Amino acid sequence: MSWVLVMPIAVPFLTAVVAFLARSYPAGRWISLAGSVLTLIASAVLMAAVLDEGVIAAQMSNWDAPFGITLVADYLSAVMVVITAITGLATAIYALGEIPEETEALGFYALFQTLIAGVTGAFLTGDLFNLYVWFEVMLIASFSLLVIGGGKERLDAGIKYVALNLVSTLIFLSGIGLLYGITGTLNMADMRDAVANAENQGLVTVLAMMFMVGFGVKAAVFPLFFWLPASYHTPYFAISAVFAGLLTKVGVYALMRMFTLVFVGDVGFTHEILIWVSLLTMFTGVIGAAAQTDFRKILSFHIISQIGYMTLGLALFTPLALMGGVFYLVHHIIVKANLFFVAGLAKQYAGHTDLNRIGGLYKSAPLLAALFIIPAFSLAGFPPLSGFWAKYLIVKAALELNMWFVTFVSLLVGLLTIYSMTKIWGMAFWKPHPDGIDPTPDRAPPQVTRAMIVPIAGLALMTIIIGFYPEPFVQFAETAATQLLDPTDYVTTVLGVQP
Amino acid sequence: MNSVIFTAAARLLVALMFVFSLFMLLRGHHLPGGGFIGGLIGAVSFIVYSLACGPAEARKALRVSPEVIAMLGLGIALLAGMFAFFMGDPLFTGQWYWVGGDSYETAAFSINTVLVFDIGVYLVVLGGILSLAYAFEEET
Repeated sequence: MSWVLVMPIAVPFLTAVVAFLARSYPAGRWISLAGSVLTLIASAVLMAAVLDEGVIAAQMSNWDAPFGITLVADYLSAVMVVITAITGLATAIYALGEIPEETEALGFYALFQTLIAGVTGAFLTGDLFNLYVWFEVMLIASFSLLVIGGGKERLDAGIKYVALNLVSTLIFLSGIGLLYGITGTLNMADMRDAVANAENQGLVTVLAMMFMVGFGVKAAVFPLFFWLPASYHTPYFAISAVFAGLLTKVGVYALMRMFTLVFVGDVGFTHEILIWVSLLTMFTGVIGAAAQTDFRKILSFHIISQIGYMTLGLALFTPLALMGGVFYLVHHIIVKANLFFVAGLAKQYAGHTDLNRIGGLYKSAPLLAALFIIPAFSLAGFPPLSGFWAKYLIVKAALELNMWFVTFVSLLVGLLTIYSMTKIWGMAFWKPHPDGIDPTPDRAPPQVTRAMIVPIAGLALMTIIIGFYPEPFVQFAETAATQLLDPTDYVTTVLGVQP
Repeated sequence: MNSVIFTAAARLLVALMFVFSLFMLLRGHHLPGGGFIGGLIGAVSFIVYSLACGPAEARKALRVSPEVIAMLGLGIALLAGMFAFFMGDPLFTGQWYWVGGDSYETAAFSINTVLVFDIGVYLVVLGGILSLAYAFEEET
């Protein structure tokens, strides 16, 4: 049983090792691809086990909780692991077309697989210090991926990224130390009771804020998001897609986990702050996007604004809102990674990502245009795509609480998202190319186009499926939200499991 | 660095330190020592060598590139942890086979996965530190 939880982490790690040893040969990329397929299979097995048994947990090295490291998967963790594996596979395919051989020889695939292992580990761990370790694994891998391939711009972006993320990690680490001082445990399930029974509740609230800041930087919420638009537009498109899809969501996941499991003593205070933070995140993100004219910069700012919706789902703290948050999380990973993929292919065709310098894609590449419309409209919340249901759940939750202002902002931000998406549509697809050239698909080699269009089409298909057939996904999110709001099952499974 | 004294002393020191690093590695787990500290000492021995004879010479002495050593170490450590699968235990559970007894006090020696894991850690630390150190030295 315990190996079901281990394999989604172990497979990408082993793939990283083998891919690194084969990095100078063409086999390296196929090893990476095979590893991603195996990771997806392992994740699917984990999902099946979770659907079958509810929460599952395993004690590493046979050290019982709360002393050893526990891996644990509830519905939320399981779905995040699966979606990570899907994004990983899509990126592994996309990278076949995009990544040049020199970059492969530097160990690109090893770093990429390590990143996937780090993200998966963060979703599965039940130990707070172990979570910190996974954050570090992710940080090291993502920093290397950000600067790989060289260039002034990338290095500049990389330094901003790593400096701000190190600050967040330090705050997170100090928070862990202080929390350990109060509770004497690092196991998150064990911590729930220990924190509730702590004498100094004032200090607990202070620590909750430290964690909110630490995870907030990772999740890129207002006012801690400035590292994101400074760095996400420089690396390879495959990399910015996987960053955009997964990295900030780890922060959101950690917030969701800690603020439903551990820091629930003073919900009126902590979650009230989260509401305002979320609203400001949504609004500043979308306003920032309106001022940009670069394809990827617009998308980067939209990540921020969408993060606001997810944290809002957590902040409202009702079953419906959390359900919306979980649904949003999954929907957004698919859609956002896909939009960055589209940006990469658009650059292959039209030669640039600056919207002022490209155009005419609608006429010359109608398939790409169609594949852009799906995630773009889904992001903006057009029915019947997945984004509509995600926004609908959040807005409905806000309405049920009679929070008119929150509802108003959510809808306004949705409207402004459409503005940005139509801007991309108008400038990149409809207006003629400013250089007078026809950005035909022939400008990219056919094998490049093929490798890039497959993941774009696959993810677009998933968006459509979730959009037209949301019932099972919504039900899944509902169970996930129930488990988050009432973690009794989580706690007993972690602490009571016999190895 | 072109000091005859340092170069001559380095040859002696490097060998001594490297053997000591292996001693620390094998001594670990039940006594102070282990893969991490052993790897650090081993890395220092190669750094001394590269200071004395230059990074190009030190790279040649290592034979394999330090990055490969580090990644191999990661693989060895992970596989040592995954060996527990065949015994029906969770990941990283140490598997012990005692020779001539049934515990640390009574047995003559043991064959175990913990040492294999420590060797992996040793290689990760050695390779990781050396890839950094060589990069720094080659820069200047």
